[in-house]
Amino acid sequence: MENTVDKIIITVVGKDTVGIIARVCTYLYENGVNVLDISQTIVSGYFNMMMIVDMSKAQKSFLDCQKELDALGEDIGVSIKCQKAEIFEKMHRI
Amino acid sequence: MKNMINIFEVNETNNMVEHENLDVRTITIGISLLECIDSNLEKLNENIYTRITTVAKDLDRVAAEIEAEYGIPIVNRRIAVTPIALVGGAACKTTEDFVTIAKTLDRAANDVGANLIGGYSALVSKGMMRADELLIRSIPQALCSTERVCSSVNLASTKTGINMDAVRLMGEILLAVAEESKDRDSVDCMKLVVFCNAPDDNPFMAGAFHGVTEADAVINVGVSGPGVVKVALEKVRGKSFEVLCETIKKTAFKVTRVGQLVAQEASRRLGIPFGIIDLSLAPTPAIGDSVADILCEIGLEYVGAPGTTAALAMLNDQVKKGGVMASSYVGGLSGAFIPVSEDQGMIDAVQAGAITLEKLEAMTCVCSVGLDMIAIPGDTPATTISGIIADEMALGMVNQKTTAARLIPVIGKGVGDTVEFGGLFGYAPIMPVNSYSCADFVNRKGRIPAPIHSFKN
Repeated sequence: MENTVDKIIITVVGKDTVGIIARVCTYLYENGVNVLDISQTIVSGYFNMMMIVDMSKAQKSFLDCQKELDALGEDIGVSIKCQKAEIFEKMHRI
Repeated sequence: MKNMINIFEVNETNNMVEHENLDVRTITIGISLLECIDSNLEKLNENIYTRITTVAKDLDRVAAEIEAEYGIPIVNRRIAVTPIALVGGAACKTTEDFVTIAKTLDRAANDVGANLIGGYSALVSKGMMRADELLIRSIPQALCSTERVCSSVNLASTKTGINMDAVRLMGEILLAVAEESKDRDSVDCMKLVVFCNAPDDNPFMAGAFHGVTEADAVINVGVSGPGVVKVALEKVRGKSFEVLCETIKKTAFKVTRVGQLVAQEASRRLGIPFGIIDLSLAPTPAIGDSVADILCEIGLEYVGAPGTTAALAMLNDQVKKGGVMASSYVGGLSGAFIPVSEDQGMIDAVQAGAITLEKLEAMTCVCSVGLDMIAIPGDTPATTISGIIADEMALGMVNQKTTAARLIPVIGKGVGDTVEFGGLFGYAPIMPVNSYSCADFVNRKGRIPAPIHSFKN
C-alpha cells in the first residue's frame, strides 16, 4: 500500500481504432511518465485499457497532464481519465 | 505490483461515478465561533467574518483539487458554526441585531465559496434563554434576507423531554418564514429544520451546526450513493435476505471508503482535524439517485406500501453495518434520508397516492432523520404544524434517536398543487394534513418530561 500513494491510474475507454496505445504512450514518453503496468481488453467492440504509471519524474504537474490527456482523448475519440490510484485501493482493499 | 488493483475494479469505481451518481455529498468545516464573542455587535460581526474567512479560506480550492485528482465529484462545500444564540447572546438586544449576524454569515460563506452555512441555531430542548427566543423570533427575517444561511432549533432530547413552549413557537415561526417567502412558493422554509437529539457533528443541511462539545475546527464529510446501492441490488433480484443484506453492506463499505479518503485528504490539506464520516444515503432528484428506488428494488411497488417500514429498517441497518467498517469515526445522522421533494421515487409515490404523512412518520422511527422536505397546504394552522412537530419529537425522545422535521407550508397553495424548489431540492406535490385540531394540546404551557428510560445513571 505504501508505495501506491504516488501511483496514477490512467483509463482509456472508447471505440477501438488504430494507434490508441501508441499515441497515449508517446505522450507519456514525451512527458517523462513511466508506465509500470498495462492491461487491456475489448468489451463488445469497445476499447478498454488501464495503465498504472509513475508521474514522480514527469516534467508537468499532475493536473496539466490530466488536462492534456483529456484533450488527447478527445482528438483520438476516446475518453482518457487520470486518477490517483489511492481511490481504487481504498474502495477495493480492506 | 502484487495485489495491485485490476481493470475490473477500476471500471467498477468509475462506473459508480459516471453512471450511478456516486459522489461525496459534502465537505463541511465545523468552526467554533466562541472566541468571537463580544458585547459590541459591530466587533462581534467583524470577528465572525474574520474567523470564518480565515479558517475556511482554502475550502473551495482543496475540494476542487481532491475532485480532480481522484475523479470523484464533491457536490457541496459547507460551513457549520457554533449555534448563533450562544455566540450572539451578549451583543444582541433585538431580533434585528441577530439578523446582522445572519448577514455576516451569508457574506462570509459567499466569500469563501461555500454553498451553505449552518448554525443559525438555538438549543432549547429544556428551556429558552432570552437570547434563544430572540434568535428564534429573528429566523423569518434572517432566512429571507440571506441566501446561504441555514437555521435549526433543537426542541427536545431523550434526556430533557420536549420543550412544548418552543414547539408551539416554532409552529408560528415556520408559518412566518413561509409568509415572508410566499412569492417564491415559501421556499425559505427549506433552510429551517427542528430536531430532537440533534447531533453536534452533522455535516448535512439544513441542520448542521458546530456543537459546543467540538474542537476549534473540524472536517466532517457526508457521503452519498443511493444509485450505487440500487444498481448492486438489481443483480440480486429474488435472492434471500442474507444475500440482500450482504450486498447492501459491501456497497455501503465501498461508498464510505471513498468518503473516508476524501475526509482524510481534506483534513491533511486544510490542516484541520478530521471529525466524522456521516454515512448517509442522501438522494437527489436526479434519475437513479433515489432511496425510494432502492426500496422498490427490494420488492415494493411504491414506497408507502405495507412492508415499507421493515424494508427501510433493514436498509438503514445494513448501510450502517457496512459503513462502520470503512471509517474510523462515524457520526452525524448516518442512515437513509427520506426527503420527499429531493427523491423522484418519493415524489412518484406521493403522486400515485401510495404514501401519506402518517406513513412517512412511521418510517422516521427506523431511519436516520425525519419528516423531510414535505410540502403541506399553506392554510395549515400553526398549532397543527406544532402538533406534527411534537409527534416527531416524541418519536426521537422515546426511541433515543435523532428525529427532525423540515416542513414547507406553501402559502396560497393546497393539496393537488405542486411546488418547484429548483436544483438539488427538486419539486414536491403538496400532501394532505389531518384536519382535526390539536390546538388545546399544543396551547398548554411548559414541557413534556423526559421518558422513564432516560434515567440510566
